[in-house]
Amino acid sequence: MSVRSDAGVRWEPVIGLEIHVQLKTRTKMFCRCPTGFGAGENTQTCPVCLGFPGALPVMNRRAIEWTVLLGLALGCEIPGQAVFARKNYFYPDLPKGYQISQYDLPSCINGNMLLTTADGDRVIGIVRAHLEEDAAKTVHVGGHSGRIGGADVSLVDYNRGGTPLVEIVTAPDIRSADEAKRFLQLLRQTIVELGISDAEMEKGTLRVDANVSVRPAGSDELRTRTEIKNMNSFNFIARGIEAEVERQIGVWESGEEVRQETYDFDAAHGKLTARRAKEEADDYRYFPEPDLVPVEPSAELIERLRSELPELPATRIRRIEARLDLDRATVLVTGGLDRLWEDTVAAGADAVAAANVIANAVVGAGVDIGAVAPTELARLVEARDRIPRAAFDDAIAKVGDPGFTADSYLAEEAVSDTAELEPIVDAILAANPGQVDAYRGGKEGLLGFFVGQVMKETQGKANARVVSELVRTKLER
Amino acid sequence: MAPVVDTLRLTAEDALALVERKEISPSELHASYLDAIGARDGELHAYLRTVETAEGASIPIALKDVISTKGVETTAGSKILAGYTPVFDATVAARCKAAGLTLLGKTNTDEFAMGSSTENSAWGPSHNPWDPSLVPGGSGGGTAAAVSAGLAPWGLGSDTGGSIKQPSALCGNVGLRPTYGTVSRFGVVAFASSLDQIGPVAKTVRDVALLYSIIAGRDTNDSTTVELPEPVQLPDEERLDGLRIGVPKQIESLDAIEPGVRAALERSLALARELGAEVGECDLPISYRYGMPCYYLIAPAEASSNLARHDGVRYGPRTEAETYREMVERTRDEGFGPEPKRRIMLGTYALSAGYFDAFYGQAQKVRTLLIREHREALARFDVIATPTSPTVAFPIGDKAADPLAMYACDLLTIPSCLAGLPGLSIPCGLSDDLPVGLQLLGPQFGENTLFRAGHALERALGYDTVPLRWRAGSDPTRGQTAGRDGSDPTSQGGAR
Repeated sequence: MSVRSDAGVRWEPVIGLEIHVQLKTRTKMFCRCPTGFGAGENTQTCPVCLGFPGALPVMNRRAIEWTVLLGLALGCEIPGQAVFARKNYFYPDLPKGYQISQYDLPSCINGNMLLTTADGDRVIGIVRAHLEEDAAKTVHVGGHSGRIGGADVSLVDYNRGGTPLVEIVTAPDIRSADEAKRFLQLLRQTIVELGISDAEMEKGTLRVDANVSVRPAGSDELRTRTEIKNMNSFNFIARGIEAEVERQIGVWESGEEVRQETYDFDAAHGKLTARRAKEEADDYRYFPEPDLVPVEPSAELIERLRSELPELPATRIRRIEARLDLDRATVLVTGGLDRLWEDTVAAGADAVAAANVIANAVVGAGVDIGAVAPTELARLVEARDRIPRAAFDDAIAKVGDPGFTADSYLAEEAVSDTAELEPIVDAILAANPGQVDAYRGGKEGLLGFFVGQVMKETQGKANARVVSELVRTKLER
Repeated sequence: MAPVVDTLRLTAEDALALVERKEISPSELHASYLDAIGARDGELHAYLRTVETAEGASIPIALKDVISTKGVETTAGSKILAGYTPVFDATVAARCKAAGLTLLGKTNTDEFAMGSSTENSAWGPSHNPWDPSLVPGGSGGGTAAAVSAGLAPWGLGSDTGGSIKQPSALCGNVGLRPTYGTVSRFGVVAFASSLDQIGPVAKTVRDVALLYSIIAGRDTNDSTTVELPEPVQLPDEERLDGLRIGVPKQIESLDAIEPGVRAALERSLALARELGAEVGECDLPISYRYGMPCYYLIAPAEASSNLARHDGVRYGPRTEAETYREMVERTRDEGFGPEPKRRIMLGTYALSAGYFDAFYGQAQKVRTLLIREHREALARFDVIATPTSPTVAFPIGDKAADPLAMYACDLLTIPSCLAGLPGLSIPCGLSDDLPVGLQLLGPQFGENTLFRAGHALERALGYDTVPLRWRAGSDPTRGQTAGRDGSDPTSQGGAR
């Protein structure tokens, strides 16, 4: 995939992602402190996660298993030995003066994820997935930057410190902002379905940094990359990447060089701000953590975990795509809607209609997807054109209620009598001559506008399909 | 009216018997030791602080100040932990408590256990009970001095490169550095994690074995610990029939070993032969050539990381400053003494990008060779015997200004520490009226063999652990010759 610059040159973006996922284990990575949100500051701490003298880490076995599980879901190899190392640096959010993190021997390597796109299947390589401990949360009060330099006071909440964190690093295989977004949606859904993390960007349980470079289309060189941080939604990530790709193309085309820098994406202004360059390169002085022994997952454990893997979202998208289309299949699967869809179709609903109703009406009404009875939903989907719109909307809003039945709604009949509807349609067309002309000039999308007006006039009691046909007939006369 | 006990001579085993027979109560015994401390510790400075009341149902114990004790200040001999009172007990402290042992006090140590003389303690040096103008060794000089001076029946030390064995040798008592992984490090202020081990110091091998049985075994709070493959056996065998003792041939050419120390080793080996042991020669070429440099890369590297947590943010004194960075820098500058600073710098350098492979990485490879070399030697011999320290106790101030000379004190103890192997130091005579230590090294989990060999030799040597100057009317040369001329060792007033 490439983009053409204003100068007419085709450039190819080269994008790699680093994704941090906070695991929702009950306790922290190296101690028994609880991990829940919302507790008072520094109440979920102990000598271990506060780095008291003599305190030692003990691995959370579940976190190790979940990392392996995720690795298997990402098609990774699980090496026979993974080793935790110490990453040494001073910062107040790091009580020991080092972070314990897998380094040169991670739990998962060499995976890939299949991304089905409109342009065909794309394989995004997973370089590694490794386990580490999260840092504490710092709040810098005063100053203007919200950073430690210039702050009046820095406050530290160690509750988050020591929470298990998996870092997933992709190969630079992603070729567009949209692809990055689709990849993340699929990855997030995979993680959520494995039950290992809530993976919510708003809560910080999913964090994404993007490494971006560009190169002339057709070339396979790797040019200097920049890193974008602080993007807190998939849409902002896409926008941030787009902005950076555009910026880099501009830099190269003006005859300059892209410099290796880190940018923060300011979503409010759609702007990238370069972080102040450091005077010296980081030297984390990694060495194997002598307080822990290597992680050696047994073949039995790996096989057990492999057997526990559910059918993965990427596989389901391919399967469902054959019965719908890529976009609908993607929306259903990455929205966690495909099981309901399958059950609803199995209960007799039309596949496309069911997909539309679920992805739009049901989701739009904020219904708890897990509580919906598929048989009742199937009856509503089938009756959607026959019953009044208002009754349908009302029924959909309640379709997740306990004991919901479609009976009373199905008893209502929408007005399908053309003799009754015709005068209303005529009045609407007469009242909107401009739109009528536009429609007849080719803006066929305006059909929905006229139907909507009629539905409004009849207070949702008209049969939408009958109205739609009536309007079209009259307009194309 | 409490019975008068002679804490100078009382072994832990005898003290336990007294308490068991209710001849003395735990608190009376505790008070007797506090009296002894009051009488003799002004001169020795073995203790940094004492605990006035006995809380256990058994006998007292002294703990090195690197061992966290809940509610009792623990400074690791450093200003940077001044006033730090742990909220939890180290596992070894908890196990002592569970066994009913009462905490007598915290003993002096070189700062963060870095040193061989206790002169690096931020709180001033300890003095050798045999001659207060001399060092007691280090880093565990406090515990060793306390045991030798009758200020504690026994105590715990920590050993990274010789900090239990070397002070035991210089103060004339028994010290065990256990197999790496048999004793929990949880709650012990870390120096070098892959080397640190906690171990007992006492007057007799049996006492050491008994205390080892109390503290050893798997701890779920320390991932590097294991369950003992076999229970600890209190030794009572007095013969050494069939025991194969290997002496590294490199010992011969090590000029650092004083003639008096060499002579004491020879006497011990002759005695071992008399008791039925076979003595042969083994080969540890890498150990004595590269052990020291290897240790002084690995230990400081780990220390540089372990000591990073002392930043003034959460505990310990803080030097206020304008920025976080400045606050940490000033706190550490004022809190750490010269030796920790030296090792932090050494270690930071050894781990730095571009130097890692040449230094830390290379040292780890040497360590692997050293492990292999010991394994091969110990396939042919049951124990390896060397002097513990190349010298007897030296004057305070003698090596304080020369770090390399100080590091050389651990020449003989370091290699087996790198190999993770157990080592027992027992007193084996006197040189210039000062104690000489015999180091017995065994294979992984070979503690019972070391206890058996150590006990038999100790009985035969008949060494008296009481410093010459405190022996009533005794011949100052007696300890030196005990056992060698075949005289009955028990008549020498030996420890047991």
